Amino acid sequence: MHLGTTTTAATFEIPFLRFLDEQSQLTQPLPEFATPQTLVSLYRLLSLLRVLDNKAVNLQRTGKMSTYPAARGQEAVSIGMGHALEKGDVFCPYYRDQGVFLTRGLKISEIILPWGGHEKGHAFTHPDLAHDFPICVPIATQLLHATGVAFALQYQQKPSAVLTVCGDGGTSKGDFYEALNLAGAENLPVVFVVNNNQWAISVSRATQTSAPTLAQKAIAGGMPGIQVDGNDVIAVRHVVAEALQKARAGGGPTLIEALTYRLCDHTTADDAKRYQPADEVKTAWKSEPIARLGYYLEAQGLWSREKEAALAEVLAYEVDQGVQEYLQVEDPAPTDMFDYLYATLPKGLQAQRQQAEMFHGK
Amino acid sequence: MENNKITLVEAVTQALAFEMAQDESVVVLGEDVGLNGGVFRATQGLFARFGGKRVVDTPLAESMIAGMSIGMASMGLKPVAEFQFLGFMYPGMDQIINHASRLRNRTRGRLTCPLVYRAPYGAGIRAPEHHSESTEAMFAHTPGLRVVIPSSPAKAYGLLLAAIRDPDPVIFLEPERIYRWVKQEVPDNGVALPLDKAFVVREGTDITLITWGAMIKETLAVADQLATENISAEVIDVATIKPIDYPTLITSVEKTGRCVIIHEACRTGGVGADIAAEIAEQALCSLLAPIKRVTGYDVVVPYYRLEHDFLPSPARILATVREVLKFG
Repeated sequence: MHLGTTTTAATFEIPFLRFLDEQSQLTQPLPEFATPQTLVSLYRLLSLLRVLDNKAVNLQRTGKMSTYPAARGQEAVSIGMGHALEKGDVFCPYYRDQGVFLTRGLKISEIILPWGGHEKGHAFTHPDLAHDFPICVPIATQLLHATGVAFALQYQQKPSAVLTVCGDGGTSKGDFYEALNLAGAENLPVVFVVNNNQWAISVSRATQTSAPTLAQKAIAGGMPGIQVDGNDVIAVRHVVAEALQKARAGGGPTLIEALTYRLCDHTTADDAKRYQPADEVKTAWKSEPIARLGYYLEAQGLWSREKEAALAEVLAYEVDQGVQEYLQVEDPAPTDMFDYLYATLPKGLQAQRQQAEMFHGK
Repeated sequence: MENNKITLVEAVTQALAFEMAQDESVVVLGEDVGLNGGVFRATQGLFARFGGKRVVDTPLAESMIAGMSIGMASMGLKPVAEFQFLGFMYPGMDQIINHASRLRNRTRGRLTCPLVYRAPYGAGIRAPEHHSESTEAMFAHTPGLRVVIPSSPAKAYGLLLAAIRDPDPVIFLEPERIYRWVKQEVPDNGVALPLDKAFVVREGTDITLITWGAMIKETLAVADQLATENISAEVIDVATIKPIDYPTLITSVEKTGRCVIIHEACRTGGVGADIAAEIAEQALCSLLAPIKRVTGYDVVVPYYRLEHDFLPSPARILATVREVLKFG
């Protein structure tokens, strides 16, 4: 291109944040929230998520559950996000957010129930989750729900914010741009997280877009974009909490790209060996989030092999209890598929409802 | 403004204003709905009266309009979102079908979606391409939605009030061809009409003519013509095409024994097919003649030079009606 002389119309920068590097060394002083006690509880949650995921995959493999999307390698993104949320905040998930729900206090049996073929899992009995959205499978559509929830919070003058998330592939969707644009235009109290695990099923991050960062997509929406080490739970927790606080205070939206790596199949219906290069996976294991925090805690004298062994036992028990509860959930009545469709069932559907009841299991 | 005669589009505005005044959770949103009052002026005056917080000019993105409305509704607001034309609602279909229609069901009633998606629809106003669609069947096929189509100013007022007050998502399609066809006295009394109810707009004994939306105009013209020949046609405005009030339709067909369904939408997979099937299932023995349909052709809606050939004309309706009357 031969444009002639130009001047600079605008400049942008994308900051990158981390506290704990791949060698578990601090790169800067810890943020205030990161007390020894909080770090240990974060470590516990990260570990719980991994145990739950392993168990859930086993349930699928043994025919006790359907498709399940584990989050192995990405635990710090979910747990960091969940830990940053406060009472009153609303969460609009994608489908790999069991970590957020664990952190928010949702029961394990409820978290896995939707994957076990029962809508009741999305009824969310926990009062703090009263307005949270159910997991969302159509990619990036949830970001627009988040803008609507944020609009409502602003309209109702509630001092809370919305947190929502999509994957790296989701940033290619129109709904992603439409949500960012609206949030910027209306200065909505919403925080967008891109859980960049490098793979949209089999399509790599490099194939997805030529943008050097996904965080920079924020710029088009008129908001700051920040990249964070998604395997550093301290950094994720900190940046999401800061962004939520800014949103609650009327400071508008933020986009956060969390860099991580999916160390498992996309779901139990996938085989990542078909597309993830083995050496890349091997390298990625070296920066996974749980060991990273574990080594740091150990170096600080906050953790030990004995504590690890004791924790493993407790978590296995906890998950097992949740799974037992899940396994005892009765099948929905055949009439359930009619009874939540409308506030009041239209008369014309009553015959179909009766038929469903009459032919149940036949 | 009471007892002034108003058009269908003015009745839409009147209903919006009434409900916004009495319910703060009602928020109007869409492209150009604010300062400009909407491309058809359906939201005229609302921005001045209720302000930009409640009459929201959104960015130009239909999936966004559909999707943000879901989030708003889940928090207890009652969004009434305008799409400029039904043909521009399609980018929002993902949100409408995958989310709005099923939020209640997939959360077992924890989150609900009390919203209205409004759109002008139909051919006959010499508009550019994509402005003349009548694809209401796509929504009617979707469980969890209600699909409502007014055919007069009074119905537009009463049905829109009902749609806004309904606790579930309603697709409200406004026949643009009759936006300004007739004026009626529509008292601004906040009285809603029932949803899920078909209206007998003209009683008769010899044949039942079933229609909705702008086709009410041609259908009534046909009924007038038949009356001059001493043939008494009953005309039914289905009004809510999802779910359909079959008892009203069946009662009429049982009385007349003959039935013609008239709709502007394409024939294949049109709502008329469903009505015909249901009448055949429930009232076959009352029928004196085959059920017939007069519909738009299975073609892309033509540009305006041919749009009146696409739309069922009184002559085309009459030809089929005569076939049905002659049968047996």
